[in-house]
Amino acid sequence: MTDLTDLGVAAIRDGVRMGEFSAVEVADAFVVKVARAKPLNAFLVETPDHALSAARDADAARAAGEVLKPLAGVPIGMKDLFCTKGVATTAASHILEGFVPTYESTVSQNLWDAGAGMLGKLNMDQFAMGSSNETSAFGNVVSPWRRGGGSNADLAPGGSSGGSSTAVSARLCPGATGTDTGGSIRQPAAFTGISGIKPTYGRCSRWGTIAFASSLDQAGPMARDVRDCAILLEAMSGFDAKDGTSLKLDVPKWEHGLSSDLSGLRVGIPREYRIDGSLEEIEELWQRGIDWLKDAGAEIVDVSLPHTKYALPAYYIIAPAEASSNLARYDGVRYGLRDLPEGAGLQDMYAATRADGFGEEVKRRILIGTYVLSAGFYDAYFTQASKIRTLIARDFEQAFAKCDVILTPTAPSAAFALGEKSDPLAMYMNDVFTVPSSLAGLPAMSVPGGVDKQGLPLGLQIIGKPLDEQGVLNAGLAIEERAGFTARPEAWW
Amino acid sequence: MYDSKAVASRRSGVLAAAAMSVDINTVKKIASLARIATSDEEAARLAPELDNILGWIEQLGEVDTSGVEPMTAVIPNVLRLRDDVIDADPLTGGGKRDALMTNAPQGEHGFFTVPKVIE
Repeated sequence: MTDLTDLGVAAIRDGVRMGEFSAVEVADAFVVKVARAKPLNAFLVETPDHALSAARDADAARAAGEVLKPLAGVPIGMKDLFCTKGVATTAASHILEGFVPTYESTVSQNLWDAGAGMLGKLNMDQFAMGSSNETSAFGNVVSPWRRGGGSNADLAPGGSSGGSSTAVSARLCPGATGTDTGGSIRQPAAFTGISGIKPTYGRCSRWGTIAFASSLDQAGPMARDVRDCAILLEAMSGFDAKDGTSLKLDVPKWEHGLSSDLSGLRVGIPREYRIDGSLEEIEELWQRGIDWLKDAGAEIVDVSLPHTKYALPAYYIIAPAEASSNLARYDGVRYGLRDLPEGAGLQDMYAATRADGFGEEVKRRILIGTYVLSAGFYDAYFTQASKIRTLIARDFEQAFAKCDVILTPTAPSAAFALGEKSDPLAMYMNDVFTVPSSLAGLPAMSVPGGVDKQGLPLGLQIIGKPLDEQGVLNAGLAIEERAGFTARPEAWW
Repeated sequence: MYDSKAVASRRSGVLAAAAMSVDINTVKKIASLARIATSDEEAARLAPELDNILGWIEQLGEVDTSGVEPMTAVIPNVLRLRDDVIDADPLTGGGKRDALMTNAPQGEHGFFTVPKVIE
């Protein structure tokens, strides 16, 4: 019998529908894999009962001859940024240790309503701040990938959705949720040879998702292929009155609309993404992507996004500014950690709690955010960054007059080793290709495009017009079919 | 891509007036505004780090943004008004005292408790 954990979302859904195997068999197989994968540190909490209960519901519905729900029998991993009722939720921060939500986030509820079950809560960079999963208060997630040539160096799974990328690529779950503020779905997907899509800002409700930078945060799926991403995104998306920025639009049938025939599609290649000192392997990957899309019938056009180089510094004003405001709620009063030194007053309690509870990178960003919002600096930093954000969005708008989607590399390199990047700025540079589309609220996805000389995965990014997830998915599918990416990590854990 | 010398030389940029270099006292001041207890040693370690990041950010001063409106909504959306009905959505309505209190580090008689504020 085939190993059920080798199957993706669509294969599991279809197999359960056809009665090739039961949903409980699937859940059991993944639960065992999760329990045996401790060295990867991908899961903060394991919830086998949740997965099995959903599986039993799916099997019972099939036995009763009912029409099965869209994700009946599919167990998934849930990034620990999503509040899950009755299941500890920490955003991988010490300050939320012990927090057990009394409510369910809209995105996770949508998935359960679609019949999915939860294998557990996935480790991540603390409060989604990081690109390597090294800022988690509960230890690094280790990528299942190893460099070729016998190196045993532990590699970064990317971040912030590093538990999600590791879990999917190590076959611990067929799909997982991620969130993306400046690249946190796409960069980890690229590092681990899987696919991930950040939809248009507003497609997925932010209600019940722990906030980092509210004008940028978007949920999205991470899975092994484009079809699986389309299926999961359909279930996660939809209007929610509880989120003021939720888009009141019907959810398109993305899976049904999948087509890799790109005849007549214009693909933009932004010249500003050819950065100084970029790796030859990344350039080659990009060229292969261009050739694949041409082969699929697309027309390649040069486009310009002139403000690209300012996206990253603008992001590092806007995101920390919003974070410093959002994270003000962690004060030791209503939930989470309280540190009350002997004889301390209220103000001392706040300061001690936050000093003890937040990790280094989170503190760094809160301080930057506080600084750029403080009296006298607000206009020079925050207003200027918000104006540049307007210019970056305008760049895309003008480029999209000449093309339908944009193709770029996802990240400037393959996965680096844990501990290799100690300078915060060098770490921020990882998001150089993903941040601009985040600032513009655009749908964007990463699909595997091949491996580098060391055998590590590299990703290609497709950026679409607002609300054109279908165009992004279709271009992703065309690449997927041509890349023939079959590399997978050897189990060493 | 990132060059610390270039960052240093950019110090004469347009934002230079706003961005004095970040010293220990600045760190202590913003840490106090952010309510994060910070020792002198931590402030000394953070100062050059933050100075470096803010120095890199200063390149934004090169961009002519005259006549450009700051972005307020990334995807155009209408601001909705809900019906003026109490508890229209049970998830976000009232009457949830006990649920709200379950995660409190300390509470009494249905109230969050904090150290004494007024003598």
